[in-house]
Amino acid sequence: MVHAFLIHTLRAPNTEDTGLCRVLYSCVFGAEKSPDDPQLHGAERDRLLRKEQILAVARQVESMCRLQQQASGRPPMDLQPQSSDEQVPLHEAPRGAFRLAAENPFQEPRTVVWLGVLSLGFALVLDAHENLLLAEGTLRLLARLLLDHLRLLAPSTNLLLRADRIEGILTRFLPHGQLLFLNDQFVQGLEKELSAAWPR
Amino acid sequence: MFSAGAESLLHQAREIQDEELKKFCSRISKLLQAEDLGPDTLDSLQRLFLIISATKYSRRLEKTCVDLLQATLGLAACPEQLQVLCAAILREMSPSDSLSLVWDHTQNSRQLSLVASVLLAQGDRNKEVSAVGQGVLRALESRQPEGPSLRYLLPIMAKVVVLSPGTLQEDQATLLSKRLVDWLRYASLQQGLPHSSSLFSTPRARQPGPITEMDGAVATDFFTVLSTGHRFTEDQWLNVQAFSMLRAWLLRSGPEGLGTLDTDDRSEQEGSTLSVISATSSSAGRPLPPRERLREVAFEYCQRLIEQSNRRALRKGDSDLQKACLVEAVLVLDVLCRQDPSFLYRSLSCLKALHGRVRGDPASVRVLLPLARFFLSHGEAAAVDSEAVYQHLFTRIPLEQFHGPMLAFEFVQFCRDNLHLFGGHLSTLRLSFPNLFKFLAWNSPPLTSEFVALLPALVDAGTALEMLHALLDLPCLTAVLDLQLRSSPAPSERPLWDTSVRAPSCLEAFRDPKFQGLFQYLLRPKASGATERLVPLYQLLQPMAGCARVAQCAEAVPTLLQAFFSAVTQVADGALINQLALLLLGRSDSLYPAPGYAACVHSVLSSQFLALCMLKPSLVVELARDLLEFLGSVNGLRSRASLVTSVVWAVGEYLSVAYDRRCTVEQINKFFEALEALLFEVTQCRPSAALPRCPPKVVTALMTTLTKLASRSQDLIPRASLLLSKMRTLTQSPATSSMHGEEGAEAICTRATELLTLLKMPSVAQFVLTPSTEVCSPRYHRDVNTALPLVLCTVSRLVERETGLLPG
Repeated sequence: MVHAFLIHTLRAPNTEDTGLCRVLYSCVFGAEKSPDDPQLHGAERDRLLRKEQILAVARQVESMCRLQQQASGRPPMDLQPQSSDEQVPLHEAPRGAFRLAAENPFQEPRTVVWLGVLSLGFALVLDAHENLLLAEGTLRLLARLLLDHLRLLAPSTNLLLRADRIEGILTRFLPHGQLLFLNDQFVQGLEKELSAAWPR
Repeated sequence: MFSAGAESLLHQAREIQDEELKKFCSRISKLLQAEDLGPDTLDSLQRLFLIISATKYSRRLEKTCVDLLQATLGLAACPEQLQVLCAAILREMSPSDSLSLVWDHTQNSRQLSLVASVLLAQGDRNKEVSAVGQGVLRALESRQPEGPSLRYLLPIMAKVVVLSPGTLQEDQATLLSKRLVDWLRYASLQQGLPHSSSLFSTPRARQPGPITEMDGAVATDFFTVLSTGHRFTEDQWLNVQAFSMLRAWLLRSGPEGLGTLDTDDRSEQEGSTLSVISATSSSAGRPLPPRERLREVAFEYCQRLIEQSNRRALRKGDSDLQKACLVEAVLVLDVLCRQDPSFLYRSLSCLKALHGRVRGDPASVRVLLPLARFFLSHGEAAAVDSEAVYQHLFTRIPLEQFHGPMLAFEFVQFCRDNLHLFGGHLSTLRLSFPNLFKFLAWNSPPLTSEFVALLPALVDAGTALEMLHALLDLPCLTAVLDLQLRSSPAPSERPLWDTSVRAPSCLEAFRDPKFQGLFQYLLRPKASGATERLVPLYQLLQPMAGCARVAQCAEAVPTLLQAFFSAVTQVADGALINQLALLLLGRSDSLYPAPGYAACVHSVLSSQFLALCMLKPSLVVELARDLLEFLGSVNGLRSRASLVTSVVWAVGEYLSVAYDRRCTVEQINKFFEALEALLFEVTQCRPSAALPRCPPKVVTALMTTLTKLASRSQDLIPRASLLLSKMRTLTQSPATSSMHGEEGAEAICTRATELLTLLKMPSVAQFVLTPSTEVCSPRYHRDVNTALPLVLCTVSRLVERETGLLPG
């Protein structure tokens, strides 16, 4: 199962470090069990910890993506795509996976699967020993849906104030963090439902 | 996409003051109270979500606002967008003590799902997880046709089971198993009716057609995730969800709780039941209890998936799904066989056939890993020739597919997670380290930590030296893999090599028959037992040193070397330690010329050399001749300053009878001469552009070691004193201070003075510079007279007032 899904900024490699890695959206499915009595720590501290865990993942994904881009010798990512109708070839987008050891930053060991599309990073934080092939496929699907339904390729849109759509996509395609084996027709069916509930 | 406008929006959301937030909240409260569910509310809620989620510190929201948000979730007729946003806001606030949501079974299942997402995010502060679990179970129990649509509730069940497996009682688990059996096995084989406002509308005149397979043929057997159609019914949805949670449920629903760990005695059990099962059939007419029935259904489902994956899917997305289903099917079969060995016999034939099918298909390579794991877990019991499986896995796959980041990660994870299962095949894994290093060389950033964890298992006394050479040559391997991809005949859609670097000379060298032997050695799949000097390749491949990938690999090597040494010292005997030390010294001047690589490697090698000496002090005496040779070759001294310092220090420390009885005076004298020459060379040579300045640390180390040696062979004391006083004079000259800097010159001077002082009292010098072990472990409060610091204090006081104490 998926523990968390996040979208964050990816700064282009080879440019100087301006600003920080920002988490634009994150969703945690269920809370981690804390090792000791949950009443001991305030709720605020737990929330703070959760946010910092997500940020730590985002930073690590960003550096992995940057290293991969540099290693493949590609030019720095285009921050603005040529046109909003251009299909982003997600099969060739930089992607990868890495493991997070226990206590660093999550309580249990977890695996992160990530995908970089233009200047956005998408990541799934999974429990250890998940079906990575399915996770990768789901992540690509989510990225495609978000790019399409949020029209992220258009120059002036951003996703900061569109959380309702992101939530709508997640409740259907990754309900409560459950990775689903959806064939194409199921995906289309769900997309129709989505478009009905959220007219573009 | 992330423009300056968005950055400022985030900034505003973060910086909003409490007062302003309060006003905003009261505005929202008014809108929600009035049940105004239009675009204004939507807009305000979107902003509120951003405000809450933008900062990691908690925001205080007004109680009325929070209550209204919670109430909106329960409204019967509210657009989904608003409810979803309310739930998201409450979830972003969690964990929080100000929430008071409860599971209300009168709400529809979509709302319940949203409530559950908030409750589960609270953590288990007030047993929310079990409350949610119980709520979902009650909904499952009630079989009303008008009841909540279970499609929204089943994923919650899966989450609850994963978060806290002990939530369900025995009978509840049984009930869920029964329902899962229904959904997995008996889903409808007709396509769904066209969607309308209610799921149970009157059937249309047009008959929906049957469900089809992925290649377009009509479905031949029960419905699975690989069955397709235009529209789907509720039970078909539940089939998809049930399979998606099947493995997690099987692992956690058994009475033993955890089925994740293998136990060694399972294989015996499997072996004994195997003959019994092959003769009888498992379901001999009588109905099975629910858990066993679920396993049986799961088994049939997996078999069907494996058969369905053989069909050629009409859409690309579907063929990707087929592979994911294959992986899942193998994983589920693995779980089933571990829980009930009677499945083993039936699974083996099917999986062996699958393996045969998959191994020839490069696109399905990732399915090989769970298959290999299956054979590892159960192969012994079933006498499968797993050796062939591993040979193929470790020999062919890394050679051909090292460049895929996901496969590389999964492959290394497979090695790491299944070490305890390798048993007799561990030697195959160990001998394949050159192939495994290909993954590492190409994808070093994500795999470095994995290899640091894996190295202790790979390190073996027999291959340790070869492995050390391979680690030191890792950046070279990266460069060669890049060249191999460039010159490979099969073009892929996008070039896999570094397109920003053109290296025509390297490519030529790669194709030159003269160097084929060396390149093939570097690209070898297995440990060969012999080592080759790759020095000719370094110059040839120097243009590739600018590749980012090579640089990344070079950065990872020091960490890997540390891990290697801490692993190898556990298994090395005296002879191997000597060989490792020699290797260190020998390789220190022949490394791939990547920028900054040599410096980092030298600092690791110098500290590891010391570690080896500490482990086996007598190596200094045993390798005396080689060390002398090393010290005599000053050509690369300046660039290997840290290593030289370590060697010099080790000589001073361990070249004594205390550490090895075979230490002779002659050896001490020879070393003295060599070090004296070295010191002379170091101090006389003017630094130039080619030779960097020699750090003062080397000079002081040399002086200290010379003094130590002199204290052990006291004939050398006059020479040593002369040398030290010369050094002291030298440091006062302006040339030295320009060479070593003010502080450096001063340090050298101070040290020379101290050493000269010590040499004036030879027995004290011996005591101080070659302390016996009792002295090294201080027991100040017990042995006042032998405490080293006390002695030193006394000595310095004595020497200072020397003139006063002498008679006359």
